[in-house]
Amino acid sequence: MNSFLSANAELMITLVKIALLLFIVLTVNAYLTWFERKVVAHIQSRWGPHRVGPHGLLQPLADGLKFLFKEDPTPAGVDKFVYYLAPLLALALALTSIALIPFGPDPIRLFGRDIYLGITPPDLNIGILALFAVTALGVYGVALAGWSSNSKYPLLGGLRSSAQMISYELALTMSAVGVLLMAGSFNLKKIIEAQAHHPEWGLFGWNVWPQILGFFCFFIAAVAETNRVPFDLPEAESELVAGFHTEYSSFKFAMFFIAEYTSMITVSCLCSILFFGGWLSPFPASWTYAHYLPSAILIPFGLWVIWDGIRYETLFGRIVLPGVGTAITALGALFVLLPEVNAFIQAPFWLLSKIFVFLFVYVWMRGTLPRFRYDQLMAFGWKLLLPLSIVNVILTSFAILAKMQWWGAK
Amino acid sequence: MTAQLAVFLVLAAMAVTGAVSLILQKHPIHSALSLIVVMISLAGLYLLLGAEFVAAVQIIVYGGAIMVLFVFVIMLLNAGIEEHTSISKMAGAPGLLLVVALAGFVAATIARSTENIQATSQTGELASTLGISNMLFKDFVYPFELTSFLILVAVLGATVLAQREKS
Amino acid sequence: MVPTNYYVILSAILFGLGMFAFIFKRNIITIFMSIELMLNAVNLAFVAFSQALGKLDGQVFVLFVIVVAAAEAAVGLGIIILIARSRQTLNVERVNLLKL
Repeated sequence: MNSFLSANAELMITLVKIALLLFIVLTVNAYLTWFERKVVAHIQSRWGPHRVGPHGLLQPLADGLKFLFKEDPTPAGVDKFVYYLAPLLALALALTSIALIPFGPDPIRLFGRDIYLGITPPDLNIGILALFAVTALGVYGVALAGWSSNSKYPLLGGLRSSAQMISYELALTMSAVGVLLMAGSFNLKKIIEAQAHHPEWGLFGWNVWPQILGFFCFFIAAVAETNRVPFDLPEAESELVAGFHTEYSSFKFAMFFIAEYTSMITVSCLCSILFFGGWLSPFPASWTYAHYLPSAILIPFGLWVIWDGIRYETLFGRIVLPGVGTAITALGALFVLLPEVNAFIQAPFWLLSKIFVFLFVYVWMRGTLPRFRYDQLMAFGWKLLLPLSIVNVILTSFAILAKMQWWGAK
Repeated sequence: MTAQLAVFLVLAAMAVTGAVSLILQKHPIHSALSLIVVMISLAGLYLLLGAEFVAAVQIIVYGGAIMVLFVFVIMLLNAGIEEHTSISKMAGAPGLLLVVALAGFVAATIARSTENIQATSQTGELASTLGISNMLFKDFVYPFELTSFLILVAVLGATVLAQREKS
Repeated sequence: MVPTNYYVILSAILFGLGMFAFIFKRNIITIFMSIELMLNAVNLAFVAFSQALGKLDGQVFVLFVIVVAAAEAAVGLGIIILIARSRQTLNVERVNLLKL
């Protein structure tokens, strides 16, 4: 057994990484639903989930159990193969795309091997193209689900979504071209490193400033790609019941749900990598005390959780919340005490914080914006976003050309 | 048997299975799905050949745009199961004959010309993405510009065709 | 390494299957799909030869083929939608009148 392990160490490490990433992504997804319900509730002056566990924190668990134990009827007249394939496809593609994201530049040394954060090594040559390829296939899950359900609302939802996703994918890809021109590479790691040319500029070196037009187009197109408000026409509850997944229940519905939230995470990763410097710190490199920021956030947050926990109404909450708070505080203290660990977690910390901000924006938009009408949606994509992103490509190319001609850079 | 050969055989088997399934499936959606399998395994073969840019473009354009368009049209027209008349069953025999003839021709050609092409693929990087862009924008710049014109014509043509006539 | 011959043979098999599908299938959309299959088979041969000869021309040509296929799909599917609208069928054998 040991010889087998050492002979196939790469394979084993990859398998463990896949299992770990799967666990993390699914947990984050579950708590993303909790986060979304909580934030939307507070936007609408409600409390949100509050019954199951302290602050409703066990609500995702209850939801998951409900998904597992619900009856799973197959409607009459469905195309069985495609009907079962569609949710699998949606989930598998969403999870594949997150496997292509690098979460940090430096490997951990464990068992005498360099282990990178993320399943593929961070310098994958065609990183972003591979990501676009996987997201491009994502439309099949929705379209096939709509078609195979043999029902009119899902069919309409599927048709709408395939039209919408084809249209917005153009704008999505075109708006990323500006960033690719500036970095001169498809490699996600190089794209991030290109934003660190001036370490003293901090967040002003990020792509979002020269590429503000591109970011505008990219983010809107990405929201449309993930079928979220205000572009959630494929699953508009008030018009199409639930759109393409009307006829799905139980775990197959959960698979669509997980796929949607996973692609939200992927898009947030992409936004932060392409435009917001990925794992780069927003502070100039000389501000070394900014390294203590993770601890400076974690310790007060942990203390607040303890303080909130000891006054909680239920006994269960009074036990669990202080425990969680202590763990968070201890983690923060650990980062202060071990400088090596602290230096290592800087990159993942910044990437994860940026992802969190984007996820919050997603939820915020859901709480704020009404839905587009279908013709408005198509007109917006074709007549505004696509021309804007092409203009962005042209402007960026001219700027780079001018820089090469007059300042002799590169 | 090297690992690369094993990967090639798996992908080739996938591609051929997909192509056969395209013929055997009765419903256009199932045929479209089979064709997507073929395209994805071809993208894998391109990766194996070191043509990573072409592989990505294959999936993005063929898998993500053209085949989605096919699926979209099948859904839009609500295409049902294919019907076969006696004439179409007759078409199978000459078709098979043609395929066998083609296969024989290709096999004979390959058997005769093995010494002309190198028997094994080259190893090493072709630096393919950079090289492709250099060729595309320097050596092939006129054909490249022409394709943009072609796409423009295609867009106009598709718009005119799909427009409902005003009564 | 995989011999280039294998790729060419695979490409020929796929082209043959595409041709057979083109003759045998009756649904106009599936016929159109078999054209795409043939184009794909040719692309594979292009990439394989490009690798064998160490030149990138083949890969550039594949990009052109893909662009042409995209344009062709857009126009072709437009025509298919028109046929389905005017004839109420997708079976090529029932599309046998020049004028309605």
